[in-house]
Order: sequence, then structure tokens, then C-alpha cells
Amino acid sequence: MEVTLTDVEPGRRPATIPGLGRPLRAEEMVISMGPQHPSTHGVLRLELVVDGEIVVDVIPHIGYLHRCFEKHCEHMSNYQQVIPYADRMDYVAAMSNEFGYVVAMEKMLKIQVPERVEYIRVIMAEFSRIISHLIAIGTYGLDIGAFTPFLYCMRDREHVLDIIEETCGARLLYNYMWIGGLSHDVKPSFQKQVSEFCTYFRPKIKELNDLLSYNKIFIERTANVGVLPGDVAINYGASGPVLRGSGVKWDLRKNDPYSIYDRFSFDIPVGQGLKGKVGDCWDRYMVRVHEMEQSTNIIEQAVAQLPEGDVQSAIPKRIRPEAGEIYVRTETPKGDLGYYIVSDGTASPFRIKVRPPCFINLSALPAMCRGAMIADVVAILGSIDIVLGEVDR
Amino acid sequence: MKTFLLELLNNEVLVYTLMAIMPLIWVIPFALFAVWWERKISAHMQDRLGPMYTGGWHGWSQTIADIAKLIQKEDIIPTAADKKLFMLAPYVVFTGSYAAYAAIPFAASYVGSEINIGLFYIISISSLVVVGLLMAGWASNNKWSLFGALRSAAQIVSYEVPVALSLLAVVMVVGTFDLQEINHLQTGPVWNWLVFQKFPLLLFACLIYIVASLAEVNRTPFDLPEAESELVGGYHTEYGGMRFALLFLSEYANMFAVSAIAVSLFFGGWNSPFGDFLSGHWLLDLFWFLSKGMALIFVQMWLRWTLPRLRVDQLMYVGWKVLVPFSFAIILGIGVWVLAAGQ
Repeated sequence: MEVTLTDVEPGRRPATIPGLGRPLRAEEMVISMGPQHPSTHGVLRLELVVDGEIVVDVIPHIGYLHRCFEKHCEHMSNYQQVIPYADRMDYVAAMSNEFGYVVAMEKMLKIQVPERVEYIRVIMAEFSRIISHLIAIGTYGLDIGAFTPFLYCMRDREHVLDIIEETCGARLLYNYMWIGGLSHDVKPSFQKQVSEFCTYFRPKIKELNDLLSYNKIFIERTANVGVLPGDVAINYGASGPVLRGSGVKWDLRKNDPYSIYDRFSFDIPVGQGLKGKVGDCWDRYMVRVHEMEQSTNIIEQAVAQLPEGDVQSAIPKRIRPEAGEIYVRTETPKGDLGYYIVSDGTASPFRIKVRPPCFINLSALPAMCRGAMIADVVAILGSIDIVLGEVDR
Repeated sequence: MKTFLLELLNNEVLVYTLMAIMPLIWVIPFALFAVWWERKISAHMQDRLGPMYTGGWHGWSQTIADIAKLIQKEDIIPTAADKKLFMLAPYVVFTGSYAAYAAIPFAASYVGSEINIGLFYIISISSLVVVGLLMAGWASNNKWSLFGALRSAAQIVSYEVPVALSLLAVVMVVGTFDLQEINHLQTGPVWNWLVFQKFPLLLFACLIYIVASLAEVNRTPFDLPEAESELVGGYHTEYGGMRFALLFLSEYANMFAVSAIAVSLFFGGWNSPFGDFLSGHWLLDLFWFLSKGMALIFVQMWLRWTLPRLRVDQLMYVGWKVLVPFSFAIILGIGVWVLAAGQ
């Protein structure tokens, strides 16, 4: 009845499974998880080689959401037009993607942006870290089977989205940060709204911890599951919460400061293996929870120091960088997002290459999943927190 | 009830048919209500409103509209499915959960079938559900469905042991399998309920029963067979339309069946909690029985929208290494107590 990849005509040798490198054993079967599976966080397809409930190997298949981002960039008539496309990579944290790109372009054009712009950008980037982590945490609860925290996270996320919407008119894809400035200045009530949000949000993190993070069943499901030791994480090139969850203190906001991040005091949370081994799913999850607290700290500091000024004064009339290349990396909610931009001296980019953190973090998935159970694959995948828009670009 | 109907109609076939469909008068409206209720409970727990429009007042007719929709759906049977088994499975599942209602005493004057081993009958007949689930999972010819079916078979078979053992503890105290008789023993004020007898042994037995019965009916935190985030839909992935509705209906019927057993055995059944006050009439009996049952259903829903889900090996751990040893300890304790009291 079962049709597997090994079903062949009698007398022929069983076919080798591509990606596994050998035929299936008698007790194994291949099961296709995705691209329409509810827990693959988009259109990721995982080919699971399973022995009962035990996962022998995982073969990820990507590309269902490929939109030729890099090729599109080469055909833009100017550099400004890339920004809406950058939004569409990691669409749950679009501000962070824009941020990396405009920082890279300003470095290339040697533009000094006004102080006010820097501060607003940092606030927006940290807001996008909060909304991205809220989605990551909420959907992670969903993956583990807890439905309610997801809606609580969505509720808190609404408050951030309202502030962003009032600032730039969009809730998901903003096109807000322009090369040399911003598309709109913030509203006069911005500072008050942001401070109100910060006082509102801190108790909500505690509520989330009570409901989900320290729930016995949740800990049982995530601690000691999908352990990624620090050295393995570095070898895979992992970054962001996946790397920090493994106990490696690496955050570009501290290690390679860009914009004005060196002016704020904040901690870098790392996984400590409080409930299991260092680098398990619970550590990665908890790093995100603590990062939301730290982002709230940064936002509070930034909004208190917000200087006056014109946010569009440094926007260049025409953008025509000299022939050359630049590589700038920034810390997005998912990890190190790198932009490699090559200019040939014309108004349109010659080549833009992106180093997407999700894609590289995802490459560590098979190593974490081997020997786990099917339910663990869902937990591990959720703890990596991928966005397929960025994996496939 | 049966004798009354026999006198009235004087036709055995008709009477037995009537008796057989009588629980449907409760089961179907209950399922319709419980689905709506669960939506509302989950919504209010999650800062939402839930259905608000269908039918006017708080979307009360949402599930009726859903059933109307499901009835109209095209009956899809996957090409590769085992057609006969696929079509039969929902009915087997429903039969298993519905048959349990035959021995549930809704009131002092009404129990579908007055058999003196009612409890024994319910424990055995509700195992039929697992056959239906296995059939559904196997016949769908879908690997995810098969996983769901195998999980549910393993789960129900293992959790049947603590369920049966905790019920056995009650039987040791009361010395009968007859549910109606057990109910009569609990007449009087609240402290006559069995949950407070042999304190605290039967209280623990009650807790074990409630936990294990959650697994029996596949509710969170034991909803692995239909774990949406893992197995898509579990054994009912390939089902649509009326067959899906039937699987869903039997799930809710099952929920009430296990709650009804808990009510009968531990919480006084159809007895009023105030002794003679508000008791005596069959309508009052029915009221107490159903409201106690609904209270337990509420607990099941409450847990569902609060807790995450266990993994399959942890589920087995809880079943075999926690619940079973503890229920054995309770049985031993009750045995010693009964002997020492010289009853």
C-alpha cells in the first residue's frame, strides 16, 4: 500500500535516496513534511527518513518562495528601489532588513545621517526585533501545542504595529528607512506612545514566562532537545539567537557596533543550559525572551535621548556611488544579515548579494534532528525561527 | 423507563429502538453546544470574542451553520484509500462512544440499560473507539494519518489501564459494578460523594481518572493523535464533510461519556449536593447530572487552552510509570483499609 521512494520493480536494486546517500532499510520510511505542513513556518519541505517515530535523517528542500531578490536588484533603475524588496525578505522584521541595506549604502556613499535619524532607526530596529521575537515565541508555543500564548503575543505585537503604522503608514512592509534618512518623521506623540508601550510590555513578558516558558510540560518538550553545542554552531555559521542559545556571546550590536548601538547599555543574553544542556531548544527560546527585555531597555534609552532635527536633510539627490564594493553586516532578529553590494559607478546596482541568517541557521537543522522524534523536529525547527521569505529570497 | 414504555406501547422492538436513540436527544444538542462553548471559552481565554454574528446573540448558531455546511460538502474519498474501511471507520468510532451511553444513569429513573455490570460494560465498549481510529488511519493510506492512528491506539490502550484501576478502587469501596446502585449510595449531602470517602485515597483515584480520561478522549495535553502542529490532522486528515463531522461528534460524545463516568463514580451522579433539597424529581436529577458533567467538560476545555502537548515517549512515561503505580498504591491502600475496617 505504502508507496515510498524505494518501491522499484522486482529484480532491481532499491534506489538510493538523494540526500541520504543510501537505499532505505526495511524498517525506515520517507515521510514528506511540508511544504503545506502547518508547522514548517511557511513553504519549507522536509523529507524525513523515519524509523517509527524516530527521525533517522532530515533532508530540507527549499526554494518554494524564491523570488529572485538578488537578480531583481541588478535591474533596478536606482539604489533606492531595492529597499521595498529588502522588506520582503524577512517580512516579520522588515525594518531590520532595510536598516542593514541603508547602513551599507550610506557607508558606500560616505553619508553622515542626522542624529535624529539614527535614534529613530535604532528604535524601529529594536521594535522589529520585538515583533519578530513575539512571532517566533508565539508560533513556537503553537508548535509545542499551546495555542493561547500565540494570541497573547499577537495582541502585544499589535501595540508595536500601531506605533509603526502611525509613523509610516504600513504595518508589515514599510519602505521607511531611506538612504540618508527616513520617509517620514515620527509623530509628536511618538515619545509618549513608545514609553507607554515599554511600561505595558514588561509585565507581559512576565506573563508569558508564567504561562509558557516555565511550564513543566513546555520544559519537558524543549530542554535537552535539539542540542547544538557552541563549536558546532560556529562551524555551521549560525548566528543570532541560535548561536547565542548555544552559549556563544556574539552580537554585532556589541562586537561590531554599527549606527549608534555603542551609546546604549544592554546585555547580550546567552543560553546557560538552565533546564538542560547548553544549546537546547529551551535555551534558544529563552534567549529570545530575554532579548525582548533588552530591546525594551534600548528603546527606552533611545526615546529618552531622541534629539530634534530634520530626518530628510541628508538624503542625496541622486545616488551614484563610485565603482567599488562593500560588505556590511547588521544584527537582525534572526542573526547576522550581510549585504555585499558591488557598484560599477552607474545609478543601478551591479550586484547585491545577501547573507541571510535564516538560510544559514537552517543548515544546522539536520545535525540537530538526527535521532530525535517527529514531534522534536517541529520543536527544533520552531526554535531556529526561520522565515522562508529570507531563506529563499 | 423501559417498563413504562413497554406498558405504554406494548411493542418490544419499538421500545428498544426508542431506548437506543434516546441518548441522541442529549448527545447531538450537547455536541453542537459544546463546540460553540469551546470556541467561546477559548476566545475569552485568548482575548478574542469568538463567533459573534451567526444567529444573532453571541453567534449561538455557529455550529449549526457549520454542520449545515459539512452536510453539503462533496464526499471525498482519496483514490488510494481502502474505500470500505474508510467509509466504515467514522461509524465504528461513533458506535464505540455512543454505546457507552447505554449504561450511563442520567437520573434515578432513567438508565438506558439496567445491567448490573454497567461500569464494566462502559470500560470495555469504549475500547471499540480505538478500532475505529485505527481503521480510519490505515484506510486513509496517508502516512500522517497512520501515525495518528498508531499513536492513538498506543495511547488509549495504555491509558485504559490507569482508568480501569482507578475505577476499580471505587468498586472496591462500594462493592458493585452497577452504576445506578453506586449513585444511590451517594445520596445525601456533599460529603457522601465517593470522592470524599476513604479520604484521601479516592480523591487521588479521582485525579488519576481525570488525567487518564483526558488521554482516553485525546484532549490536550494528551492530544497527540490529532496533534495539528505535528501530524496535520492525525487520523482524520483525509476526512471531510459528514464523515469528519461524525468523527468530531463522537469525540465530543466521548468527552461527555468520560465526564459522566467521573460524575457517577466520584461526584454523586444525579444526586443533589444539598441532600434532600432540590432533589427527588427526575428533572432535578437530570439537571444535577448534566451540570456536573458540563463542569467537568469545562475543566477539559480549560486545560486544553492552557497546556502544551506532551511528546509520545513522555506520554507513555506518564501513563506507565506515574499513573499505573499510583493507582496500584491506591488499590493496595483501599484494600488494607477495607480489611482493617472489617467490612
